[in-house]
Amino acid sequence: MTLALILLPLFAVIAILMGANPRAAARNATGMMLFAGLGLAALWALGTRTFLGVDFLVLSKPEIHLALNFFDGMSVIMMLLSVIVAYAAARTGDCEDRHAKLWNISLLLIAAGAVGAFLSTDLFFFYAFHELALIPTFLTIGILGRGDRKEIAWKVTIYLAFGSIILLAGLLWLIAASGTPDLSFESLLKCTVPVAAQRGIALFLLIGFGTLVSLFPFHSWAAPAYASAPAPISMLHAGVLKKFGLYGLLRLHPLVPIGMASWLELIIVLLLGNILWVGFVTINQKRLDSMLGNSSVMHMGYIFLAIAALIAAQSESANPIAKPAAILLMFGHGVTIAMLFGLADRIERLTGTLELRDLGGLAKQAPKLAFLFGLAAMASIGLPGLANFAGEVMVFIAGFKGWEPDTPPGWVQIATILSLWGLVISAVYMLRAFRHIFQGPTVEFTRNASDLSARDRSPAVLLAAVLLIVGLFPNILLQFLEQPEAVVAREQAHITQHPRPPQPAGSAPVQPHPSPSQ
Amino acid sequence: MPAYWLEAIVVALGLLLLLMEAFSNSKSKELIRVVGIGGLIFLLVPFYFAVAPPADNAELARFYVYDRPAIFFKLLALLTTILVLFMAYDFRKTLNRFTEGPDTEYGTGEYYALPVFACAGMMWMASARDLVSIFVALELVTITFYILVAFMNRQVGSLEAGVKFLILGALSTGFLVYGIAWIYGITHTTNLETISQLLAANSSNPDLHDGISANPIPLLFGLSLILLSLAFKIGAVPMHLWIPDVYQGAPTPTTAFLSVGSKAAGFIVTLRILDPFFSSDITRSQTTIVVLALAGLTILVGNLTAIPQTNFKRLLAYSSIAHAGFILLAIAAWHTGDDDTLSSYQAVAFYLGTYLLITIGAFFVLVVVHNSEGSDNISAFDGLGQRNSLLALCATILLAAMAGLPLTAGFYGKFFAFQLAIESAHTNQILWWGIALGFVGVAAGFYYYLKVVRAIYWRAAPKDDLIAIPRISRYAIISLTLATVILGFWPEPILWLIGA
Repeated sequence: MTLALILLPLFAVIAILMGANPRAAARNATGMMLFAGLGLAALWALGTRTFLGVDFLVLSKPEIHLALNFFDGMSVIMMLLSVIVAYAAARTGDCEDRHAKLWNISLLLIAAGAVGAFLSTDLFFFYAFHELALIPTFLTIGILGRGDRKEIAWKVTIYLAFGSIILLAGLLWLIAASGTPDLSFESLLKCTVPVAAQRGIALFLLIGFGTLVSLFPFHSWAAPAYASAPAPISMLHAGVLKKFGLYGLLRLHPLVPIGMASWLELIIVLLLGNILWVGFVTINQKRLDSMLGNSSVMHMGYIFLAIAALIAAQSESANPIAKPAAILLMFGHGVTIAMLFGLADRIERLTGTLELRDLGGLAKQAPKLAFLFGLAAMASIGLPGLANFAGEVMVFIAGFKGWEPDTPPGWVQIATILSLWGLVISAVYMLRAFRHIFQGPTVEFTRNASDLSARDRSPAVLLAAVLLIVGLFPNILLQFLEQPEAVVAREQAHITQHPRPPQPAGSAPVQPHPSPSQ
Repeated sequence: MPAYWLEAIVVALGLLLLLMEAFSNSKSKELIRVVGIGGLIFLLVPFYFAVAPPADNAELARFYVYDRPAIFFKLLALLTTILVLFMAYDFRKTLNRFTEGPDTEYGTGEYYALPVFACAGMMWMASARDLVSIFVALELVTITFYILVAFMNRQVGSLEAGVKFLILGALSTGFLVYGIAWIYGITHTTNLETISQLLAANSSNPDLHDGISANPIPLLFGLSLILLSLAFKIGAVPMHLWIPDVYQGAPTPTTAFLSVGSKAAGFIVTLRILDPFFSSDITRSQTTIVVLALAGLTILVGNLTAIPQTNFKRLLAYSSIAHAGFILLAIAAWHTGDDDTLSSYQAVAFYLGTYLLITIGAFFVLVVVHNSEGSDNISAFDGLGQRNSLLALCATILLAAMAGLPLTAGFYGKFFAFQLAIESAHTNQILWWGIALGFVGVAAGFYYYLKVVRAIYWRAAPKDDLIAIPRISRYAIISLTLATVILGFWPEPILWLIGA
């Protein structure tokens, strides 16, 4: 069953290669993916846990399986994000006929790669599917991008290839150090990694995954790439594919908790770099697309903040909010940024420019566009009632979890307080962009613009609906995740099976920062 | 049928082809090509039924071993030769232009016969377990290549390459013989099995014999000389200097043959010679250091010098050096294999098996591009995406596989090499250096392979006309690319072949 989610886009690719209409094939395939994905998620919500997954032994030494299934609720949520954004992306943007093949094949391959990465229950294919999705990204930017596309594509290629190799090194080291019998997450997560190796592995994973998620200071590929790529590719990459790194960190964190904790200060500094430094950079952008690209980099900082809270706590049970917060915000951000990129593409279509100072008064000509864009901008700022708000609130709560009011704030608490300023920064640039584009008198570029047709609206309306539903009722997603009691039971079982090696004296970073006894 | 018949049949086939060349109408070499290719393909049938020679024949058993690695490397040699002959088929226009009687097939017959002799030599190398038989088989291959490299005798580049290859080849032969003499002087045998037993006896009883355990230096000196000579064969630093020039100058099928067949045969011999030295406590640590140094240098030099190349053939030459480095890393991390890990033999065999598919595929692409553009430069690939999308797609996949991207066959070769290295690094810390250099090499590899992909898709085509692919090349490229992708998803079949 889960295999269908990957086979649908791949079959569509084959059909396109054999001469089917590229647009129709992509739209139908992503539409079917959306239905299949929603259906599978509903089954999971109703309690089904045995899907007809795939489990095919591809290599016996070491054991590698091409296994696709829902490993846990996090996979379900990420799969939902992928199919929703893929559906919207396939209905966004118009390409010239001669590029229709490449455009739609890339889109489908990225969607297939993303779903494959999130559904793989085997470390190898988890990594490999992500790579599969990156190659069409590079090619599409290089061939179909705007502006200085070749330079940008080359830069992205080098950055992401660098990140992937560091990541691969970390994963190989992790496999070797854990002594796992095969590469499936299930056996891997049952292992314990020696404390001595954890620090190095954690650094490799942080830099590797971090580069893929545009963690400061490895972020400078992201904004130009999203500005240059065709809209659906930006939507898919910024909305879905980039979450791969965060998903990977959350997935592998239980293996290297002590190693990760030893880099906590570094992570905090870097994520503040994302939120504050990149935030200020974002304010200074003059074009809507680079502003959105930078804002997407900036918002990664919040998700990293949730991960930092988890890292400081060292185990899920010690900070049960952190992981759900990160996942919810990943979902919210993915939907929001996809919607913003899709609408920015429409604005360029209607007016012919994305320079903020050339735009103005578009709301008079295109009120529906203005409403949808405003909604997405508000979601991005974190307006209550929309998905991002739920995520961000949980992140901030997670940041203060375990902190005693009469003790001095720890690293995570300080970072959380500083990050709150990021909301102000977001509000500044988003509202300013909205004012520049939609308010004021109409100008030359916007005078002849017309409003969105129903067809153009449909992807944005879908995404807006998702934002509203999840914002008003976050539990619709959170129900997929393990309940706190289940987490405690699982971790307890793991500890009884593998007692942690004794800590060297003087370093007892087991308690959440700062330890209440201080 | 005893296995040594296979080599005999191949040699007989080669002689038959030479006779046909001597007595047949010299205008067309069609028949020689067909008989050569057909004969080798037909040989796969008796190959399937071949069995190890009877053990009671002790004289033969001293020289000839028919185990899993031998079978795999014989198969590799056969497949390479068949593919190279197919490639020579499509290359014949260029070949004819630069041989006697330009634009006729006059005097090109040997070009289709000699690879068959080289094939016999490689198959024998896969089975050789005596330094003497190794030497003889190796020279059969090398001497054949002297002719094959310089075959386009009306082209300066090919002749220059031939001379360079001849001089350095002769030098490396000298090293090999000198090294064998040292080892014979110390152990009084040329048989690797006996050397292995001798080393084992010495390590269990240090006072035994000629004091090898007290002073293994002379033995290791002999081994180093042999290693230098083998470095020439496999294209490892410091004996790599001939590779770029010879690869560039030689006819492309010869280049492909050198880069795959000759290298693979060199590696099986390297494995067999190093086996006793890695297995013994007396020599293991020194051997590891030497091989690791070779591996690290080869990875660095191969990958870093590949970066600025502008000629695709030279790029493939440096990439072939780089691949040799990764394979040496798997050897330096000597491992005899267990439930979770391949042995070094198997990792090397796997690497070379996938390397065969990818590299020959890339050379086929090069032949097609060369026939159309008359140039081997990377700029000849400009805009290939618009001029033949199938060729461009296949080239992209093959290059990605060379870079070692996951979901292509090329990934697993490197994966196993690194896995072995990491596995062994737990006991031998020095291997971490090799791993670190290896990752530098992989990163550099991404850059220079993708540089070609960039030319294919992002550069404007200088001409608009489509590139036609000859029929044989088309089937070869498509099937090799498909094999690369399928093995990328499902590498298990090669593991069956290498008996893991």
